[in-house]
Amino acid sequence: MDILANLATGFSVLTWFTLSLAVIGCFLGTIIGALPGLGPSNGVAILIPVTFSIGLDATAALVLMTSVYYGAMYGGRISSILLNIPGDEPALMTTLDGYPMAKQGRAGDALVISGVASFVGALLATIGLMLLAPLLARVAYLFGPAEYFALYLLAFSTLGGIASNNQAKAALASCIGLGIAMIGLDNTTGMPRLTFGNLHLMDGVDFLVAIVGLFAVAEVFFFIESHGKGSSIGVKLEKVTVPVKDILKSGWTMLRASLVGFIAGILPGAGASLGSFLAYMSEKSIAGPTGGFGTGVPRGVAAPEAGNNAAAGGALVPMLTLGVPGSGTTAVLLALLMTLNITPGPTLFTDRPDVVWGLMASLLIANFVLLAMNVPMVKIFVRVLQVPPAVLLPGVCMVSFVGIFSLSGSYFDLLLMVGFGIMGYVLRKLDVPTVPIILGILLGNHMEDALRRGMVLSDGDWTYLFSSPISVGLWIAAVAGFVAPMFLRRILRKPQAITD
Amino acid sequence: MIRSDRIFGLVVIVVALGYILSAMQIQASFLSDPVGSKTFPILIGAVAALCGLVMVLRPDPEPDWPGIGSFIAIGISVVVLVAYAYSLKPMGFLIPTAIAAGILSYQISPRPVFAALSGIGLSVGLFLLFKYALDLGLVPFPKSWTA
Repeated sequence: MDILANLATGFSVLTWFTLSLAVIGCFLGTIIGALPGLGPSNGVAILIPVTFSIGLDATAALVLMTSVYYGAMYGGRISSILLNIPGDEPALMTTLDGYPMAKQGRAGDALVISGVASFVGALLATIGLMLLAPLLARVAYLFGPAEYFALYLLAFSTLGGIASNNQAKAALASCIGLGIAMIGLDNTTGMPRLTFGNLHLMDGVDFLVAIVGLFAVAEVFFFIESHGKGSSIGVKLEKVTVPVKDILKSGWTMLRASLVGFIAGILPGAGASLGSFLAYMSEKSIAGPTGGFGTGVPRGVAAPEAGNNAAAGGALVPMLTLGVPGSGTTAVLLALLMTLNITPGPTLFTDRPDVVWGLMASLLIANFVLLAMNVPMVKIFVRVLQVPPAVLLPGVCMVSFVGIFSLSGSYFDLLLMVGFGIMGYVLRKLDVPTVPIILGILLGNHMEDALRRGMVLSDGDWTYLFSSPISVGLWIAAVAGFVAPMFLRRILRKPQAITD
Repeated sequence: MIRSDRIFGLVVIVVALGYILSAMQIQASFLSDPVGSKTFPILIGAVAALCGLVMVLRPDPEPDWPGIGSFIAIGISVVVLVAYAYSLKPMGFLIPTAIAAGILSYQISPRPVFAALSGIGLSVGLFLLFKYALDLGLVPFPKSWTA
């Protein structure tokens, strides 16, 4: 058994120190997920610079941040159920049955069922990740420059296609990111490009600065606009007991939802929101009109939570094996890997098995820690929801500043971060998605390198880009991924129609 | 009425053209490859300009812009953050953080005493956390005070 042996390697990498980091990460992550306005992507984003400043090694940093990631996926449901406000985007579907359940006085039951569903989804996805990632890594060895170029294109088209309602705006967002990535030294020639004579720009724009600005600082502006409305506890949480019957009855729902979510997570760009949406919709149609979905039934909270946690695990598959993130948060995690000088991709599995399998082992452990935190200890996190935004958001902002400042020590990066914050606010107002910008900044140089290496190999023959079956397939998928949402939009709009 | 998307689309086109122009100025290197340093940036600029054009021609419905009051609040916050960025190094951590966090808190919820307390609380709390729990090299006060 290859995988068991690998996993044993993974567990041997873990020390008491990394395990305690996993626990801290799970705790922080659940808080981040539970707080409306702080989702997994901005939560992970503000913590990355801090992680670097305290000088954790690669495995430790990765264990900490993926625990935060998983934790945030668990935590998102808490405010969905109690406040009817999703703690993060993927938890939107959980409001549909979670909040009605809470209004019926079953808030505790809803929290426990969704906690167990999260556990089932995340655990199965972690196992799926362990089985599938090494296989995909082997396929990825066949990828040359032409395939990688097409793959990057696929990531942009699918991620953009889902992130916005307007394909032109999604494509523009990718271009903004790619355009920013070009600033700085040209990888191939070592000559400065597009720096406009500014010395600060010689090294290019640090993607951490962009991520923290676009996600965290922009969020602060949104809160100022809304004056932090809608964030007081809506429903009282009484005693928390374990509704064994309901959990057993939703068993099949959790398993099916996990499978659906995991597959949705693997698709580049689709991510956890699609996972929870598809899981909920498929369970709803299986249950039929007598199933009572939408009125507060246990299966209605189990399905989206199993789905989005499974998708979170699934999204790690393309990120680790191909270096192409499957969602916004995995894009941020990719930034973490790149800052750690770890290049994700097939070689990661042979060059750094300690990192890969240490990560998987810690994910397994994180799941059990999170189950404990989210079922018996859920009351602690409910308290956290009472932190007023007028304290929370300035706090987020200051942590972002300190993080970036301790990394670079330059006021220029801080100004750039504020600039990205303003940009993020305006763009999101105009329905231009910000995740493709991050992806562009992260992948821009890789994409150009792939193109240039390909052209060197083929002596400038552009048909080389379509020369292998894999690359043609990826091109077709990329075009389809860009065009399909225009037709599918009516179906994908549905969740909003339900919550209205 | 002029839609926001039209204005934004025009801005995108102008910036994209500027980007393409500066990409054309990139000096060729003696290490040349068939693609070169210019092609990819120019390609990006061209696609971006095209997207801008689509926005001008087919604008979306107007976004929900906030009232003038919120714009002023956001403007004040931006000024505060810029000032904060400049003052962190010369002024140390505690004082600028307390002021900046206090003003931001006031912008979210206009209660002066609460805002002042949360500013001071955040500043001291975060300093202790960063300095002692995470061991970051933060300077609490201006260097001239302690020297």
